[in-house]
Amino acid sequence: MTYTKRTDGRKFDELRPIRAEVGIIPNADGSALFAHGDTLAIAAVYGPKPLHPQHLQKPDRGIIRANYNMLPFSVTERARPGPSRRSKEISMITENALSSIVDLTRFPGTVIDVEIMILQANASTRCAGINAAAMALAHAGVVMKEMVASVSIGKIDDKICTDITKEEEDHHEGEGATDIPFTLTSRGNMVSHLQLDGKIPAKRLIEAYEAAVAACKKINKYQERALKGEKINENE
Amino acid sequence: MDNEEENTQTDDKKERKLVIPGETIVSAQDHLPGDFTRNDNGEIVATRYGLAETNGRIVKVIPISGVFEPRRGNTVIGRVMDINFSGWNIDIGGPYTAFLPLMECPRFIDRDNLAEFAKLGDVLSLKTYGIKKGSIDLTLKSRGLGRLDGGRLIQINPHKVPRVIGKEGSMISLIKNSTNTEITVGQNGYVWIKGDDAGEGKAEAAIKLIEQESASEGLTEKVEKFLGNKMKKINLEETQESTE
Amino acid sequence: MELPNINKRQIENLLEKGKRLDGRKPFDYRDITIEKNISKNAEGSARVKIGKTDVIVGVKLATQEPYPDHEDEGTMTTNMEYSPASGSRYESGPPKMDSVETARVVDRGIRESGFIDWKKLCIEPGKKVWSVSIDIYSINDDGNILDASAIGAMAALKLTRFPEYDKETESVKFGEFTDTPLPLTEKTPFSMTFYKVGNNLLVDPNRDEEDAAEARLTLAISKPSKDHIINAMQKGGITPLTGEELKKIVEQAEKVYEHVYPEIEKQLKKK
Repeated sequence: MTYTKRTDGRKFDELRPIRAEVGIIPNADGSALFAHGDTLAIAAVYGPKPLHPQHLQKPDRGIIRANYNMLPFSVTERARPGPSRRSKEISMITENALSSIVDLTRFPGTVIDVEIMILQANASTRCAGINAAAMALAHAGVVMKEMVASVSIGKIDDKICTDITKEEEDHHEGEGATDIPFTLTSRGNMVSHLQLDGKIPAKRLIEAYEAAVAACKKINKYQERALKGEKINENE
Repeated sequence: MDNEEENTQTDDKKERKLVIPGETIVSAQDHLPGDFTRNDNGEIVATRYGLAETNGRIVKVIPISGVFEPRRGNTVIGRVMDINFSGWNIDIGGPYTAFLPLMECPRFIDRDNLAEFAKLGDVLSLKTYGIKKGSIDLTLKSRGLGRLDGGRLIQINPHKVPRVIGKEGSMISLIKNSTNTEITVGQNGYVWIKGDDAGEGKAEAAIKLIEQESASEGLTEKVEKFLGNKMKKINLEETQESTE
Repeated sequence: MELPNINKRQIENLLEKGKRLDGRKPFDYRDITIEKNISKNAEGSARVKIGKTDVIVGVKLATQEPYPDHEDEGTMTTNMEYSPASGSRYESGPPKMDSVETARVVDRGIRESGFIDWKKLCIEPGKKVWSVSIDIYSINDDGNILDASAIGAMAALKLTRFPEYDKETESVKFGEFTDTPLPLTEKTPFSMTFYKVGNNLLVDPNRDEEDAAEARLTLAISKPSKDHIINAMQKGGITPLTGEELKKIVEQAEKVYEHVYPEIEKQLKKK
């Protein structure tokens, strides 16, 4: 029982201040910005458009191609530019999370390109990226059953915490830190992405899921407000 | 008062609400799901970002964004991307590539010199006639189609095209007359304008104004004010006005 | 859609009359805005918008061994990427020729101008110096990313602050910032690129104008005292420039500097 108060003073189920906005990249078919506190992501969507080379095309459906890119200066120690194994993995889980809600049979043989850039990182970058990407897809007029929202739930020592920071990720005392990013669909809270890094008693996983459900509901509201024209910046 | 701009289909002013995918529009109890909606657990839910509209029992979403989705018989404007022995590959935007076969040209064209008719970078107004899986066939066999020479090509959101054209072409006629330009509007959001420099510039600005203000009240008045001219009323009971 | 022939001709014809489609004169820049310190983990960062063109630049500092023939000088590298987010013509993948050239042109303008006092970046000669890494990313391409990148790099460097350095352990405490700026001189380079469209010249093209251009010449100009100094140049594009055009460019470059650079300075100075 070492983690009795969060390092930034938030309640255990509280999100960091949110920034959300759409239409930030005029050239893109859809674009958005999403930030959890100091973690800032932007996303641009182009498509659906013809997919080249032809051998990548699927005859009965289109594909989503996501590229997650963390800018070298987004982290405290400069990250080498270009794809890494980590960024490739995150790109893939992002594609899967977004593909679960998009009607891909609508335009066979086409591609929807989703480009995600992390401008500033303080944990939960993949979640901020997915949140921005979902907004950008909607903004681009892509046909989607519903939205998805993504959040990092942590078990810090023995506490389930919503939207953890890097500092919390590095917590070593007690039971240490376990990072559980979730992506949930907006209508059924279905899990379209889930990872876990650390340890959690099986019995407690549902607690983490429930924390994610509550947080994602709030995030979805921010996404809705931004798509409806608001420029949200709780950091100000 | 003139409420043409509110609805290009009927004269009833309808409630339109901006919705996002997954948002509940109304209960399914007395309604049926139309375009870009679905029935999810007794609720009519949007499946696309746009304006939700209820027409009697049918609820639909009118798209305001997204790439151009071609339908058969659309007039489009495209740019020649590539030429092969049997025709031209044309870029009309949207999800699919498009092709103009040699045999869909109305006049005699030298088979060995397709580029003489339309070369790389040239733009044409065409009609879509075949939407195959993954590619679109185009034709020039219709009045008013062909290569567009001179003037300039601008791009607008394809979903705003109906507003730019206006009811029975009233809006586009207003712009043409006020700026002394020839204008061809492609359903795919490409618009060709030809006149003198000033006229072209003014027509382009008027079209961009419509694109921006399409959702607001009194669009016709705004455009008339900008152009310094009034739209010709189609209703026979009102006197035709032309000023300036 | 790629630039249609009729639009290219339009741009050329208007330029013959000294006009441009958006009403600007040939040597007018669009509005330039600079957003400062947009990325907190960077030692310095800036977001530059020229019209709708949008570029983000971050500076990271670290320490390393100096190069053998510059034992008491800091080092600098510049990296640039045309992000696929900035336009449908850009695809993911390794940096292509464009981005390498842009990075090198920006780098040269800064390096050769004497803007950074390299010797003051020395911690211990022969052993340890500061290294400056500049990373440039395009966010929206509406032409002239080249100048936006250079202006962004210059702004980010001006905003850069050293991280804490522990002399005992000889290590950088990343994430802890001081108020100490980079050792910069007054030889601030302002990069401007002249583009040749048809038989005429212009600056700050939008995307269509840049596509219509057949050649370009970038100059990095500084004004340490009363003369304008050219610190770096790069010609791009296939079409050659005439002697007359070169003369005109140099004349105009001084005018453009006086017209545009003070605006940028003003933005950097205000809060």
